[in-house]
Amino acid sequence: MLQLSHIGKQFDGGLVALANICLHLQAGEIVTLVGASGCGKSTLLRIVAGLERPSTGRVLLEGEPLTAPHPAVGVIFQEPRLMPWLTVRDNVRFGIMHLPAAEQASRTAAVLERVGLTAFAEALPRQLSGGMAQRVAIARALVAQPALLLLDEPFSALDPFTKTKLQDHLLDIWADTRPTPTLLLVTHDVEEALVLSDRVVVLHGHPGRINQTLTIDLPRPRRRTCPEFQAWKQRVLDALETEVVGV
Amino acid sequence: MFFMADSLTLTTPLPPAQATNAPRPARRWQWPLGAVLPLLLLGAWEVLARVGALPPNLLPAPTKVLATIGVLARTGELWQHLGITLGRVALGFGLGGALGTVLGALTGYLPLMRRLLDPLLQGLRNIPSLAWVPLFILWMGIYETSKVVLIAVGVFFPVYLGVMSGIQNVDRKLVEVGRVYRLSGLALVRRVFLPATLPAYFVGLRNGLGLGWMFVVAAEIMGANKGLGFLLIDGQMTGRPQTILASILLFAVLGRCTDALLTQLGRRLLRWQDTHGTNAS
Ligand SMILES: Nc1ncnc2c1ncn2[C@@H]1O[C@H](COP(=O)(O)OP(=O)(O)OP(=O)(O)O)[C@@H](O)[C@H]1O
Ligand SMILES: [Mg+2]
Repeated sequence: MLQLSHIGKQFDGGLVALANICLHLQAGEIVTLVGASGCGKSTLLRIVAGLERPSTGRVLLEGEPLTAPHPAVGVIFQEPRLMPWLTVRDNVRFGIMHLPAAEQASRTAAVLERVGLTAFAEALPRQLSGGMAQRVAIARALVAQPALLLLDEPFSALDPFTKTKLQDHLLDIWADTRPTPTLLLVTHDVEEALVLSDRVVVLHGHPGRINQTLTIDLPRPRRRTCPEFQAWKQRVLDALETEVVGV
Repeated sequence: MFFMADSLTLTTPLPPAQATNAPRPARRWQWPLGAVLPLLLLGAWEVLARVGALPPNLLPAPTKVLATIGVLARTGELWQHLGITLGRVALGFGLGGALGTVLGALTGYLPLMRRLLDPLLQGLRNIPSLAWVPLFILWMGIYETSKVVLIAVGVFFPVYLGVMSGIQNVDRKLVEVGRVYRLSGLALVRRVFLPATLPAYFVGLRNGLGLGWMFVVAAEIMGANKGLGFLLIDGQMTGRPQTILASILLFAVLGRCTDALLTQLGRRLLRWQDTHGTNAS
């Protein structure tokens, strides 16, 4: 459903952040980008989000060229990025204000229920904990019912406990939603990548290019403690390692 | 399958939303500590004036100042002066504030406008505003127009700077959220820029209002036959310090009241702010 062909990105300063990225995502697939800091993962995600233009190559969504933010593409940033002047409910509604009021209300209520924040619907962002704020951000993205969801280190600022809860929660949502959304996720956390993804794409830095694509064939739901999981973790770490040596 | 979220909710330490809707518990009444020193000083002043330690032709007792205000109120003169001065400030504030808002919004939002307009305005800002007085009087005469324009000049710059810097400092990350949801043009301004700029805007408005009060004094001292500033000069000419002090007192009260009005409005609109001030109050 998403096709990246020969994506390259050179910033105004001359820095080449990405070179020749080719990646194809099937509908309903979960793909994770991993790689050293600064290798261009966020830049790639921002290009798919339509927030940044690629210098070369193109992005196709369902065969259509994608050059600007698209209604079928949702984004969850590393920070919650909530509007501090809006209540939780209005933040969640932020992206669907064009819909009829009744539709807005029912969708918002359903999504808030999903992320367990119904009781906080009228709270302001400053009254939320970090994990709750990020759940509001997830709700804001989900309420628009995106076919493709982009997540840039969505849980990296959270404590390990909240983090695993939200990872499982995201998987639940992914599994329950029809048609199944496609997820493209950036993370530094190898376990997170393995719990969530069908494929892990390992990027090399300077300029960012794809080093390896690992297809994770572990059955779901995945248990972090089982030996196969740990074996996979070692393989991904090794793939990241070769990069460090390669630089 | 919702148990994950539910268990998270249980661990969250904040009270549910009802609590945030409920009216805040009334703040306990606190002894107004700030009133102690002024009251002591006033008392000392009154006593010293009564025993004749202060020359009455230079510093009359506070009660005498109040009595002067009382007389002015009874003859109706007071309301006339108050009304005239308040009207001038309101007009000048409206004019300067509106212009500052529009130009500040333009230069803040459009880089081209900033490059075109801002150098000129910053240059004009460096002229001490009172230096305009002779020119304004020459151009517009000594009557209302020159006064209102002078006040407007004073109000303009703080408002202009507040709006411009407010817009420029809007968090790029929030603007990006707007863009992700395909907001642009007016919708982006209304739903992201406007609310995000409000705090800086109110600071600008308050500063502008302060300068407005300063400039109305200047304008009325230059020449007027009505207004609190006229009372100042009148008191000086006729050697009545109680009239001067009465006028100063009225200026202070009016300035304080209008500022409180603006602050109150700001508080109401900016309740969402996550600042030391909002959380402490
Ligand atoms: N707007 C920009 N202008 C110029 N250079 C940029 C810009 N944004 C990113 N870069 C550069 O592009 C490179 C890739 O940045 P990017 O943010 O995509 O890395 P990343 O892989 O997401 O890193 P991290 O894991 O630390 O988030 C970096 O070297 C960065 O300095
Ligand atoms: Mg990044």
